Amino acid sequence: MSQKDSFVKFEKVDKSYDGEILVVKDLNLDVPKGEFLTMLGPSGSGKTTVLMMLAGFETPTSGEIYLDGNPISSIPPNKRGIGMVFQNYALFPHMTVKENLAFPLEVRKMEKTEIDEKVGNALAMVELQDFGNRMPLQLSGGQQQRVALARSLVFEPRLVLMDEPLGALDKNLREQMQYEIKHIHEKIGITVVYVTHDQSEALTMSNRIAVFNDGKIQQISSPDILYEKPNSSFVAQFIGENNQLKGKVKSINGENCIVTTESGDDIHALKINVNNNGDGSLVSLRPERVAINSSENFENNFDAKVKELIYLGDHIRSRVEVCGNDQFIVKIPNSYKEANLKEGSTVKLSWKASDSRALDLN
Amino acid sequence: MNQTQTSTGPILTTDGIPLKVSLKKAERINKIRAFLLVLPLLAFILITFLVPIGDMLARSVDDRQINTVFPKTFEVYKKWDRQGLPSEEVYKTMFFELKNSEGYSVGKASTRMNYSKSGWKSLLKKSKRKFKKIEEGPFKEQMIAIDKKWADPEYWLALGQMVDPTTMGYYLNAVDLKYDSSKNIVQQKENRRIYNKTWIKTFKVSLLVTLFCLLLGYPISYLLATLPMKYSNLLMICVLLPFWTSLLVRTVAWMVMLQQKGVLNNLLVMSNLIADENRFQLMYNQTAVVIVMTQILLPFMVLPLYSVMKTISPTYMRAALNLGASPMHAFYKIYMPNSVPGVSAGCLLVFIIAIGYYITPELVGGKDGQMVGNWIAYHLKTTLNWGLCASLGAILLAMMTVLYWAYNKIVGIENIKLG
Repeated sequence: MSQKDSFVKFEKVDKSYDGEILVVKDLNLDVPKGEFLTMLGPSGSGKTTVLMMLAGFETPTSGEIYLDGNPISSIPPNKRGIGMVFQNYALFPHMTVKENLAFPLEVRKMEKTEIDEKVGNALAMVELQDFGNRMPLQLSGGQQQRVALARSLVFEPRLVLMDEPLGALDKNLREQMQYEIKHIHEKIGITVVYVTHDQSEALTMSNRIAVFNDGKIQQISSPDILYEKPNSSFVAQFIGENNQLKGKVKSINGENCIVTTESGDDIHALKINVNNNGDGSLVSLRPERVAINSSENFENNFDAKVKELIYLGDHIRSRVEVCGNDQFIVKIPNSYKEANLKEGSTVKLSWKASDSRALDLN
Repeated sequence: MNQTQTSTGPILTTDGIPLKVSLKKAERINKIRAFLLVLPLLAFILITFLVPIGDMLARSVDDRQINTVFPKTFEVYKKWDRQGLPSEEVYKTMFFELKNSEGYSVGKASTRMNYSKSGWKSLLKKSKRKFKKIEEGPFKEQMIAIDKKWADPEYWLALGQMVDPTTMGYYLNAVDLKYDSSKNIVQQKENRRIYNKTWIKTFKVSLLVTLFCLLLGYPISYLLATLPMKYSNLLMICVLLPFWTSLLVRTVAWMVMLQQKGVLNNLLVMSNLIADENRFQLMYNQTAVVIVMTQILLPFMVLPLYSVMKTISPTYMRAALNLGASPMHAFYKIYMPNSVPGVSAGCLLVFIIAIGYYITPELVGGKDGQMVGNWIAYHLKTTLNWGLCASLGAILLAMMTVLYWAYNKIVGIENIKLG
C-alpha cells in the first residue's frame, strides 16, 4: 500500500492511561479511502481506545495519527469532521429525531432549507421518513440505531467510526443491520472504522479485519485470509471454530513441518510461526476441513473415537478423541452417507497438510 | 360453548367467580397490610401536623372571641345606624357586660379590639376599674365622664369590624391594609406599614439564596457527577458534611467569620486589602442572611442536581463534540437541557425552605434581615396575636402552593428528580 492510499494512518502510536500499563503498543495501521476496516478483539484488547484516539476523545501517549496526510493529535474532536456511532447510540433524548439529525448541520451554520433537505435525505436513507418528529425514546432499538447511523452520516464526514453499534440489539435485528450498514457503506463509499468483539459481524461486513489482543494488532487481512490462514494461535482461536493439537516440532522441511503430539502421533502441517526443532506448537485445523472415512489420500490419517454427537439440523457436530485430544470437533454435513455414525465407534479422520497450520504455543 | 359465555359476560376464573372479584379478594390482604404499615405515621402526621395546621388556618379568620365577651352589646349594637354616638341602650349593655365579665376574658377581647383601634385596651382596663363605683344609669354620661374616649365615635365604629364571627382583618393586616371605621379597606398608616416590605425582602432573600445556590451548586454537581467514583465519594462527603453539623453551630460559626472584628475582616485588613476603618459590615444585615443561608441550603441544591446529572450519559457530550459542536455549545445545547429536572427540583426545594426560614435571619439578620418567619415568631411569642401569625403563615402556604402549581404547569412535577 503506497503512502497516498492511506487515508487514516497510525504511526508508532502508544497509549497508556496510568503510566504503567500500555493499552495500545506501537500501533502502525493504514486505512485506505473507502475501506471498511473492523477492529476485532476481546474486551480490554485496546480496540476501543484506538477508536477514541481517532475520534479525538483520547490523545496518544506517543506517536501520531494522520488523517488524509495531516497530523490530527492536536485537533479537538469537534474540528475533526469524523462521524461516529456510539455504543448506546447517544441520541439526544430532549430532541426529536429531526432535531438530532439537524444538530451537526446547525453547528455548521447551514441554511435552513439545506438542513431540511439533508435531514430528509438522511431519513430516507435509513427508511425512517415517517419518524422525524418522534422522540428517540419512542423508537425501537433498531430504529434508534438507524437514527444514530443517519446522524453520523448526515454532515457528510470523510470518515465514520462505529463503536460496537449493534451490541444492544437482538440477534435477528443485528444481522439485518449488519447488511444495512454494509449496503450503505457500499452505496456512499465512505471510509468506515468499525469496532466489535463479534467475529461473525466482522466477517460479514469488513473489507479488512484487524485482530487486536493485548494492545497489539495480531493480524490484519481480509476476512477469508484471516479465517483460512491465521498466523497465530490467538487469531486461529478467536476467529471461527478451531481444533488445536498440542505438540513439539520434530522436523522442518521448507514450508512444511512435522509436529509430534504427546500421544506420539506425527502431524504434517504448514510451518507458520515455529522456527526450530523442539519448539512447542499448536497445530490449528478448521473442523470442516476434516474428512471422515474418506477414500482420498491425505497426508494426515488417524483413527478417532466418537465421543459425542450433537444434531444441529444442517450438520452434525461430533466430538472425537484423536491424537490425545478429546475436544476435537468434526462437522459432518447432514447427508445420507454419513448418517450411520454412532457414539463410541471408531472412525478414520484425514486432512491435508496444507489445512493444518503449525502455530505458536501460547 | 364455554368460550362463547366468557366472551360475552365478565371473565370468570376457573372456579366460576368473576375475575375482578377474585382479584380484589386476593389483593385485599395486601392492601390491609400496606395500610397497617403506614397507619402509625398517618396518625402521627394527622395529630401533630394536619390538625394544628387546620387550627391555625381557622384562627386566621376567627373573630368570635369578642362576641363571647360582649354578646348582648353586639345584639343591640347591630341596630345602631352608625351616625353620631350609639344609644343609651348600647352603653348600658356594654357597661354591665364589662362590669360583670372576668378580667381574663376582657383582657383577651380588649387585645383583639385594640387591633381595630388602638386605645381600646387601656379604655376597657380603666373603665372596668372605675365601673365598680357606678350603680345605676344613665350610663352614657357617666362612662364619658370616666374617659372621653367613650364619646369618640371612632371607637364605636371600630367595634363594627368585630360583629361578624369571621374576619379578613388579619389577612389585610398581613399585607399592610386595614378596615377603616366604615369597613372600607384602606392602607395602614405610613409608619405602620411593615409587612409588605418584609414580604418583598423575604422574596428577595429567597431568590438570591436560590440563585447563589444554583450558581455554586451547578459546577460542583457537574464535577461530582463526572469524577471517578473514588474522588466523587470524597467530594460528596464534603458536600454532605454540613448536614451532620447542627444548624445553630454553623450559624454561630458564620457569626464569628463575618462580624466586623471577625476572621474574614481581620484577614482582609491583615493582607492590606482594606483599611482598618473600612471593615465590611457583613453581619446583622441582609448580606449576612444571604451568605449564611446559601451555605446552609447548598446541599439541597447539590443533591437533586447530582442525582440528575449522574443519569446524563457522558457520551451525549462526546456525541455533540463529535458532531462538530464546540464544548460550550455542546454544554449549552445538550447538557443543560438534560439537567433541567435537577435544576428545577433544586431551585424549588431551596426556595421553599428559604422562604420560611427563621433561625438564621433571627441570629444574623439584625434589624434589616428579618423575614416573614421572624415576624410570625414575634407575634406568636411576644404580642400573642395568633390571628396575624396564622394569616402570615397561610399566605406563605398559599404562595408555595401557587409556586408548586406553576412549576407543575411549566416543567411538570413528574420531571422532578430528587434521587
